[in-house]
Amino acid sequence: MVTFHLDKGSGVATYVQLVQQVKHALRLGLLEPGDRLPTAKEVVAELAINPNTVLKAYRELEREGLVEGKPGLGTFVKKTLGGASFTEHARLRKSLGGWVRDARKSGLDQEDVEALFASVVVDSFRGERTA
Amino acid sequence: MTESAIVEATGLGKRYRRTWALRDCSLSIPTGRVVALVGPNGAGKTTFLHLAVGLLDATLGSVSIKGATAFLAQDKPLYTGFTIAEMLKFGKRLNPGWDDEFALKRIDSLQLPLKHKVGKLSGGQRAQVALTLALAKRPDLLVLDEPLANLDPLARHEVMRGLMEAVAETGMTVLLSSHVVSDLENTCDWLIVLNGGRVQVSGDIDELVAGHRILTGPAEEADSVSRRVPIVEDTRSGRQATLFARTEPVPLSPQWSERPVSLEQMVLAYLRRPDSASLPRPTLATA
Repeated sequence: MVTFHLDKGSGVATYVQLVQQVKHALRLGLLEPGDRLPTAKEVVAELAINPNTVLKAYRELEREGLVEGKPGLGTFVKKTLGGASFTEHARLRKSLGGWVRDARKSGLDQEDVEALFASVVVDSFRGERTA
Repeated sequence: MTESAIVEATGLGKRYRRTWALRDCSLSIPTGRVVALVGPNGAGKTTFLHLAVGLLDATLGSVSIKGATAFLAQDKPLYTGFTIAEMLKFGKRLNPGWDDEFALKRIDSLQLPLKHKVGKLSGGQRAQVALTLALAKRPDLLVLDEPLANLDPLARHEVMRGLMEAVAETGMTVLLSSHVVSDLENTCDWLIVLNGGRVQVSGDIDELVAGHRILTGPAEEADSVSRRVPIVEDTRSGRQATLFARTEPVPLSPQWSERPVSLEQMVLAYLRRPDSASLPRPTLATA
């Protein structure tokens, strides 16, 4: 089950934060098809937020086809996110770890590594879109 | 999605001798919302709430509510000589729709002994007892005048949490006034700003926040920008202009930067500029 948290200074609308956290959990395999999302009441008891915000987030996830509300039962995960399988994830994570170690050996600090990674990601996807 | 209104005010006004406490107030509150009524002291918040629940008669116009209403006044009136049990019995006698099981369960979950005298409770506990009495009436609309005033931060959080849980359970509409905007972030989803007796803003909080931006750029181009988008607040300092704009993302020259606003920034911008307004008007063209 996913546990929500709030980032108050982020400027991101609360319902968007909940949507993003569910998607993040789907990408990491923390939530799988069939899993139940916490009820509005459970989230409210945890975070003291407006239940309408939770329902709005769930409606958005339902609209995107990721979850399904079953009346009287709750909201359930329908689909998973992320192109690759879980084992693929592990393999990619390992090779990326190797790359990061290499980068650090070459004298890059954390900010350098993040900037380089972000720029390669942007370049890669940009190339794909124009191709 | 069309939402039905539970509160509807039309041309509502209240005059005390020669002073208008509230004037020309027209708004509707959709059912099921948690509504924040915000404004500085003396803005007309209490007057509006008292008119809505029928404690005051309007000088002009009208306000109507569909459904059963519970009202919790600012001073949270309880009989200090009563025990909590006596307070509940009192509520039961006075209210035909009283839910005794709910009231007892809520007092129990708050770990308040029924034998305790109300006068001996802390401010936060007293607020929780008062809220329990209001909730046990099982209202369609719960109206709260400054429910968080005089409470410490932990008690404020607990009262709000209790209120949100009740909303999750019953789907009732809540209308509450406050002048502390940070208490309302994440708990309210509809905003009404009252200022100087007039309604300045009324709308869905997410839509309002997404519909405003802070634009920063060269002062010499500020006038041409403010001709294109409605400006709530215009601040110039030397060569730089900061415009608080009511707008979706707009294409601007590269010297301009835009950033999103927070609920609190938006409320403050409107309160500083009482002549600005953001009200749903079907004829309003958003260019």
